[in-house]
Amino acid sequence: MKKYFGPAVRLTLVMIVLLALCYPLLIAGIGKLAPGNGKGETVTLDGKVVGYALVGQKFTDDKFFWGRPSAVDYNAAGSGGSNKGATNPDYLKLVQDRIDTFMVHNPGIQKSDIPAELVTASGSGLDPDISPAGALIQVKRIAAVRHLPESEVAKLVEQHIQKPFLGLFGPEKVNVLKLNVALEQAK
Amino acid sequence: MHTELFGVVVSFLLTVILAIPLGKYIARVFAGEKNITDFMQPVERLIYRFSGIDPKKGMNWKEFLKAVLTVNLVWLVYAFFLLLFQAHLPLNPDGNPNQTPDLAFNTAISFLVNCDLQHYSGESGLTYLTQLFVVTFLQFVSAATGMACLIAMLVGFKEKTTNNLGNFWTYFVKSITRILLPLSIVIATILALNGTPASFDGKDSIVTLQGDSVHVSRGPAAGMIAIKHLGTNGGGWFGANSAHPLENPNYFTNMVEVVSQVLIPMAVIFAMGIFIKRKKFAYVIFGVMTVGMLVLLVPTIISEIHGNPQIAKMGITQATGAMEGKEVRFGPAASGYWSIVTTIISTGSVNSMHDSAMPLSGMMQLLGMMVNAFYGGCGVGLLNYFIYIIIAVFISGLMVGRTPEFMGHKVEAREVKIAALVTLLSAFLIKGGTALAAYFVAHHANIGWAVQPANWLNNPSYHGFSEMLYEFTSSNANNGSGFEGLGDNNIFWNVSTGIVLILARFIPIIGPIAIIGLLANKKHIPDSAGTLKTDSLTFGLMTFAVILIINALSYFPALALGPIAEFLSQ
Repeated sequence: MKKYFGPAVRLTLVMIVLLALCYPLLIAGIGKLAPGNGKGETVTLDGKVVGYALVGQKFTDDKFFWGRPSAVDYNAAGSGGSNKGATNPDYLKLVQDRIDTFMVHNPGIQKSDIPAELVTASGSGLDPDISPAGALIQVKRIAAVRHLPESEVAKLVEQHIQKPFLGLFGPEKVNVLKLNVALEQAK
Repeated sequence: MHTELFGVVVSFLLTVILAIPLGKYIARVFAGEKNITDFMQPVERLIYRFSGIDPKKGMNWKEFLKAVLTVNLVWLVYAFFLLLFQAHLPLNPDGNPNQTPDLAFNTAISFLVNCDLQHYSGESGLTYLTQLFVVTFLQFVSAATGMACLIAMLVGFKEKTTNNLGNFWTYFVKSITRILLPLSIVIATILALNGTPASFDGKDSIVTLQGDSVHVSRGPAAGMIAIKHLGTNGGGWFGANSAHPLENPNYFTNMVEVVSQVLIPMAVIFAMGIFIKRKKFAYVIFGVMTVGMLVLLVPTIISEIHGNPQIAKMGITQATGAMEGKEVRFGPAASGYWSIVTTIISTGSVNSMHDSAMPLSGMMQLLGMMVNAFYGGCGVGLLNYFIYIIIAVFISGLMVGRTPEFMGHKVEAREVKIAALVTLLSAFLIKGGTALAAYFVAHHANIGWAVQPANWLNNPSYHGFSEMLYEFTSSNANNGSGFEGLGDNNIFWNVSTGIVLILARFIPIIGPIAIIGLLANKKHIPDSAGTLKTDSLTFGLMTFAVILIINALSYFPALALGPIAEFLSQ
């Protein structure tokens, strides 16, 4: 083993310089070209930063579109899912509670129309999106609270539906923060 | 939903389309033929000269393994001490603390062995210095170690009789300069341009639209996320891994990440065919592996798209499938596909939480790791598959009553014993570890430890058992994903999985290299009419049967107590 120790240590030093120093600095340089200069793209309202475009936020007020339940309460200092198993009785009770809460806040909707993502926690706890159906089902509530015509709110949702990638791959989605910012601007 | 399925199919096809030319390129690089990255030669010569390496010096299998083990030992000590003292070192803008000795032990080993089991969350458990100088560094070098060992095996396949498997250092350096680093730069650039942070700024604090004060963790993540996939490492920058919207911003990056993690494992199969001049042998292996993947994948995607039956009973339609632990931008199909890919090839990165997957999907993920050779990890996947081949050769030999041969060399008792020991080791580590943990949960739940076994599990009943089984299976497969509800940052789990990790990495490397070293040393026997054809479809089926039988015998009872029982009870 002794024979290999010298080369091993010296090769390690070279590789540290190459892989842990040069490589990340190069990527940091490239990142400066990205939206947000590699620091993450922010969303502003009236010139004030109100969040990151990719990071979801907690919305509990009836005047906002709600996002998904979160295991980390949308504090992006950390991240994570509930890690509850599909058959866990406590977990299933929690889902039932979320359904009941949603029904109370959105009178007049059909229970079967509630999309699954609105009553289940995301993997990251920071999911910025909901499905188009998840936004449309909240239109009636938002319109009533904000005294806006339902058609106008629905139109806003339609404008914020992001199509699948290249129109071909993956699901449709709505970024909740961007939709709510647009809603604030519409008032 | 059809755009989601289409995304999965195209992700897979894209991987194959890219893996074929990459395989050709890899073969050229290691055969020393002219190729497009020869401009790296001066850099490599400089590295050899500085390190005191003679690139022309061959190694026999014992020398080769000594070099592998020595350099790995250096990395282990280096990583352990950086983690222990990270709080006092530079690049710690968030003021994160040192790792405890048991956590540092687990983390250092885990990244060293290409596993990336993470018993911490990246946002609070590491500093930018350790993210780069420990994690990113080890993600490169552990992947390159796996590739270098694979090349040694292929040299043994190729040569008629030799005791020279080549020079470990040159295989290692070329794996980095010619394959891992250039590809990482491409992938990291794509990620950075799509919104993954790459700057060294620390945590940001903001007031949200609704008026809550929150923090947003960031950091130079893009480069690390690239190598985490290309090197089948899997350890995430953030706690939620590639489910985190900054680590995997959109469906496009999700395709890029899922393609990039299978790319090298698949490419080396094609590279093997060219390198040893037996293309058909490689195609048969590719076929067996692909069938194996499909067997695991199809039920997973169906059960995830179908949704959770328990939630259906509450009157929810679940048009978007089972969404607990999943992200809307990926949906159930891409999440199901990722969960199988990441478990068969030992990446262990996740874009959804496996703990919350449907019971049937959880079983498929476990099986992927138990087999650990459908494509398999960076380099080591084929080494694992080679063990199955040796056993299949041996059994076929018994069936036809001839001394088994492989690549023109007699496979005798010593080689078969090594292969059998490597196989049995997995079963022993997974079931022994799980049994030990289950014993403490059942009989000493309130023992006076800092974290009592009663508080380990995040779910009751069968699923709780699956959490323990998954942790040891993942450690043994050097996979790194988890049923993350498990409370694993404590001495029992840090130490026990640490030991499993190190055994399960190095014995399945030492075993195949020793076998190939022994085989290559023997007299070469030219093929005759009676030779078992290892590149035939029949032999492919035989290998598949061996994989099926070994794993069914080893793991069916454990699976029956966990995911199968949960599936039947829902």
